[in-house]
Order: sequence, then structure tokens, then C-alpha cells
Amino acid sequence: MTTTAINTASSSPRYYLTEAHHPQNGTLLGFWLYLMSDCLLFAALFAVYGVLGRNYAAGPAGAELFNLPLVAVNTSLLLLSSITYGFAMLEMQHGKLKAVIMWLAVTGLLGAGFIGLELYEFHHLVQEGAGPQRSAFLSAFFALVGTHGLHVSFGIVWLITLMFQLGQRGLVPENKRRLMCLSMFWHFLDVVWIGVFTFVYLMGVLR
Amino acid sequence: MSAHVETHQVDDDHDSGAPHSTLKGYLTGFVLAAILTALSFWLVMGKVFDSSTTTAIVILAVGVVQIVVHMVYFLHMNGKAEGGWTMLALLFTLVLVVITLSGSLWVMYHLNHNMMPSVHDMRNMP
Repeated sequence: MTTTAINTASSSPRYYLTEAHHPQNGTLLGFWLYLMSDCLLFAALFAVYGVLGRNYAAGPAGAELFNLPLVAVNTSLLLLSSITYGFAMLEMQHGKLKAVIMWLAVTGLLGAGFIGLELYEFHHLVQEGAGPQRSAFLSAFFALVGTHGLHVSFGIVWLITLMFQLGQRGLVPENKRRLMCLSMFWHFLDVVWIGVFTFVYLMGVLR
Repeated sequence: MSAHVETHQVDDDHDSGAPHSTLKGYLTGFVLAAILTALSFWLVMGKVFDSSTTTAIVILAVGVVQIVVHMVYFLHMNGKAEGGWTMLALLFTLVLVVITLSGSLWVMYHLNHNMMPSVHDMRNMP
């Protein structure tokens, strides 16, 4: 396989960049480009929320609806899941398979807690008659926060898949590459959430 | 399990092409992110500033700083990764995001402003 050639090349101080192409670099860069296009999607949703976020149609405003302590708990869950995924990556570098799977499980549970709280919040809003059809503000809110929640849900599906793949084949280069891609995806979602809790929740409560 | 087999690979996992993350880096990022998040929530929930405009500007600035912290410490962004292409893609995306956001807000604000009938205008209507 090509891995042996790559290993001998990189044991000396990283001259491999001068070679024609590095297959894993290709995947990681491509995945980064996907994340950037996803970023544009979120930018469009943020723009929609920015334009429509004050059009309440005589319905409830953010200040009456948002439960900031709940959002704070949600934010800490997602932030904690970022650092636990980081721990999984560190264990991957040390080649400890069981520790990687354990940290991935912790990350998945934190992510599931985040999704659970978000679903609870959505359910509560709909119960109060503040569903997405109530006003332009609520449509934009559900579209933006819901899209982020969908991303996290698919991230959890990916994470569980990866745990099975790791269990079957261990830390082979393919699984390491997948771990690195999911790492970028997961941290990227946390970055988007910074925008959501600042721009939607905190600024929504302000006025 | 194949855990004991994997221990051979402890020293030869330098083939990733990705920057090597460290415990210190992750912990630094996490502490900074936690402080910045707490700061934002405290500024709003504690009603620290009288003016909500001041609070909005400050929490937006804190949010931008936190995004940079996440980019550097969690996503390991730097100008050298992948020969600078990730940074170039990021900068290009940022330009597009700024145009999308500021452009939408600017245009739609003026549209609202020009379309909005005030009470006075309505009275003069035939």
C-alpha cells in the first residue's frame, strides 16, 4: 500500500508536501470546502432571520418565548461535546482504540442531550401556539435553529456509524480520515451555534 | 477486540496530513470558549448595561472572538494547513457571508423604510 511510502516520507521533517498529491489531504480539503458551502447555507438562513426576525404579526416576540437558562444548558452541552470530541482525536493520535470509542460515545450522548432539549423547546413553543406558521419571525427561527438541529442529528448518525466502523476495523487510515472529517463537522456546528445563541437567542431577548 | 494490535501504530500515525492537536490546545480553547459564552449570557441575563444597543454590540463582538477561538483551537485553522488553501477558502466564504448578511439587512431595511405607511400618510390618503 501507499501508506508505507507516506510513513517513510513523513518520518523526516514533512517533505511530502513537495510530492504530487497526498490522498488524505485531498479528502480533508474537499470536506472543508463542503463545510464552507454549508456555511453559506447558514449565512442565507441568518440573513432571512435578520430580515424577518422582528416581523411578529402581532404574535409573541423572542423576549416572551425564549428560555435563556435552557439555552445556556444547551450551549454548554454542545461546548462540552466539542471538547470530548477533541479528547477522542487525541486518543486517536495515541492509537488507543477503546478510549476513542469511549469519548465518541460521550460526545454522542452530549449531542443527543442537545437535540433532546431542542426538541423539548420546539414542542413547548408549538404547544404555546408559537409554531413556525405563527409569524415570519417564528418561520425564520424554526428554519434556522431547525437546520442546525438537523445537522447535529445527522452528525450523531455519522458518529454512531463511525463507532461501529472503528469496532470492526480499528484505527485504520480510512477510519482516521473519517474521524478527522467528523471532527471538522462537529466543531463547525459548534461555531454555527455561537452565531445562533448570540444572534437569535441573546439578541432576541434584548428588546 | 483489536486494541492490542493497534498499539503498533502508536508511532506511525503521522501520515494524517492534519495538524497535530494537543491536550493543551483543546483545554485552552475550551476554557476560553466557556469564559466567552458565560460572559455573553451574563451580560444579557444580568442586564449589565442599561442600553440594549450597547449589550448587543458587546455580545456580537464576544461572539466573533469566540468563533475565532473555536477556529484556532478546535478546527486548527492556520495559514499553512493544506498549503494555505483552507485559509483561502475560509476567507472567500467570509467575504460572501459578509456580503450576504450586510447586503440583505441593508437592502431590506431600506425597502421596509420606504414601503412603510405611517399614520400621517394614511390620513392623507383619498
